[in-house]
Amino acid sequence: MDCRDSEIYKLKLYVAGRTPRSAVAISKFELLCREHLAGMCSAEVIDLVQNPKQARVAQIFATPTLVKESPAPIKRFVGTLLDTSQVIEALGL
Amino acid sequence: MSKELSKTRTGVSGLDEITGGGLPQGRPTLICGGPGSGKTLFGMEFLVRGARDFGENGVFMSFEERDTDLVQNFASLGFEIDGLIAAEKLAIDYVHIERSEILETGEFDLEGLFVRLGFAIDSVGAKRVVLDTIEALFSGIPNEGILRAELRRLFRWLKEKGVTTVITGEQGSGSLTRHGIEEYVSDCVILLDHRMIEQVATRRLRIVKYRGTSHGTNEYPFLIDEDGFSVLPITSLGLTHKADNERVPTGISRLDTMLGGKGYFRGSSILVTGTAGTGKSSLAAHLAKSTCERGERCLYLAFEESESQIIRNMKSIGIDLQPYVEKELLLFHNVRPTVFGLEMHLVIMSKLVEKFSPSVVVIDPISNLISIGNQGEVKSILTRFVDSMKLKGITAFFTCLISGSKDVDETEVGVSSLMDTWISVQTIETNGERNRVLYVIKSRGMAHSNQVREFILSSKGVQLTDVYVGPAGVLTGSARIAQESRDRQAEREYRERIDGKKREFETRKLAAEAQIAQIRSAAGTGKGTGKFYRRGRRKKAVAERTADRSGSPEAC
Repeated sequence: MDCRDSEIYKLKLYVAGRTPRSAVAISKFELLCREHLAGMCSAEVIDLVQNPKQARVAQIFATPTLVKESPAPIKRFVGTLLDTSQVIEALGL
Repeated sequence: MSKELSKTRTGVSGLDEITGGGLPQGRPTLICGGPGSGKTLFGMEFLVRGARDFGENGVFMSFEERDTDLVQNFASLGFEIDGLIAAEKLAIDYVHIERSEILETGEFDLEGLFVRLGFAIDSVGAKRVVLDTIEALFSGIPNEGILRAELRRLFRWLKEKGVTTVITGEQGSGSLTRHGIEEYVSDCVILLDHRMIEQVATRRLRIVKYRGTSHGTNEYPFLIDEDGFSVLPITSLGLTHKADNERVPTGISRLDTMLGGKGYFRGSSILVTGTAGTGKSSLAAHLAKSTCERGERCLYLAFEESESQIIRNMKSIGIDLQPYVEKELLLFHNVRPTVFGLEMHLVIMSKLVEKFSPSVVVIDPISNLISIGNQGEVKSILTRFVDSMKLKGITAFFTCLISGSKDVDETEVGVSSLMDTWISVQTIETNGERNRVLYVIKSRGMAHSNQVREFILSSKGVQLTDVYVGPAGVLTGSARIAQESRDRQAEREYRERIDGKKREFETRKLAAEAQIAQIRSAAGTGKGTGKFYRRGRRKKAVAERTADRSGSPEAC
């Protein structure tokens, strides 16, 4: 991903396996980072099937989930991030 | 069904009996109940016992309590969760859902949860899983439609994994669980209940459904104490117990004599009724002492007096129970009946019996139980208790206070028909004093005495003496003593009269003999010629014959 210059936003997307739903979420996430958060976020996609330990560490129960770890407060976006404008609003952009 | 359903033993005492072996293996079981009914404890005990006693590791997925809190809370119950986690026999995963952080943006599923659970199961090789309380998801996840579909999938997935799962659910109004989870868990549903009856808390458990197997259908009382969960399926067990021929001495030799010479039957039930202060507890103390003297254990359940009070009071009649308490042969359990409900008393009593395994149990008195239940309830409790004691071959001794106005053949709790031996102690008031009498109303299977005995509480314990039965009627106490001394006096006088007569005859006999001797000597001086001598000899023989006759008193 191409938005690692500064770390105002720390975002992590958790998916479970390479399912169509995961694919939708990943592409939406990438789009969001590219178009609205360019240069101001660190973003990471984590596949829980590969990294099951992470599910417990990050308190994930639903997938896909986008976690905004910083700035506080923590937000969890559950779902395929279908409505980008809603996410942008919630992120306070 | 041709094949018996395989079951997983819970290790929870009593539950495996009423479920016929445990929870359905490899399937989910729903445990529902109100707040504080013991759902979480049940789940944790299921896992801890599995890991500790049955070699089946477990995963506890908590949606409500933090793992650190769980470890702490259960440490007080003697569940060393820390140790089990360190030994990789148990895994706890706390799923924290903060509704305010969550925003729904499109489609999702609970695959994250599946991954987490799957990882935890694999990490310890779990055979048992507890989800406590999965309904927390309903308040955390905005989309109920997705959640319901995912729960259905979750339970199917758990079944495929072959893990035995316990799912807890909060009881809702009018339904088993608030969110209707019972819809997805169809194999086994257990309801825990914690209700107040007359300000007394009672816990009960009921198996609502258990597919493919027979199970107990009653409501069973259960207990949560320092050993965890225990269900005591004490129902009327039926009359299948074996009768024992062995005898248990009563501790009072005279009472043994009254009971066919040997005492009570082992495993029988004994009832002692009497009005206040008739010495019922003293009979109980004698039995307790004689039991402990033989090196057997005795459990003394007292509803009226404290342990030290009983020991002090019994010392006054020469029964020292203290050494037996110290030797752990005698165990007192003193509790006011009003502390718990009736069912709970039964559970506690049964648990004590199980733990202490006594050969004699004393309940002093049962009449007090009536203060927390009606006659029918008390009778039902006692019937079940008597049955379970008989099944274990334990001699049960009950005392029951009856009010003076009542008929002696009637107990307030109506249990006399349950009892094998029934002894009545009464006081009889005469001449300004009250005296105790004892008699055996019935004693099944032995030739018991039909006599009334006077019952004396002395510093050497209970003593039984014969009552005075004579022309003056039945006499006890000082009247008996007075009558006895009058009798002794009369006998002495009679004897003296006889002796006087005997002496009189003796004197007369001696006088007669002296007379004969005199006659004989007179005849001896008159002998001269041989002819006369011959005649004299005949005369002498005649004289002797006459003397014999005159020597006997009738001739006088």
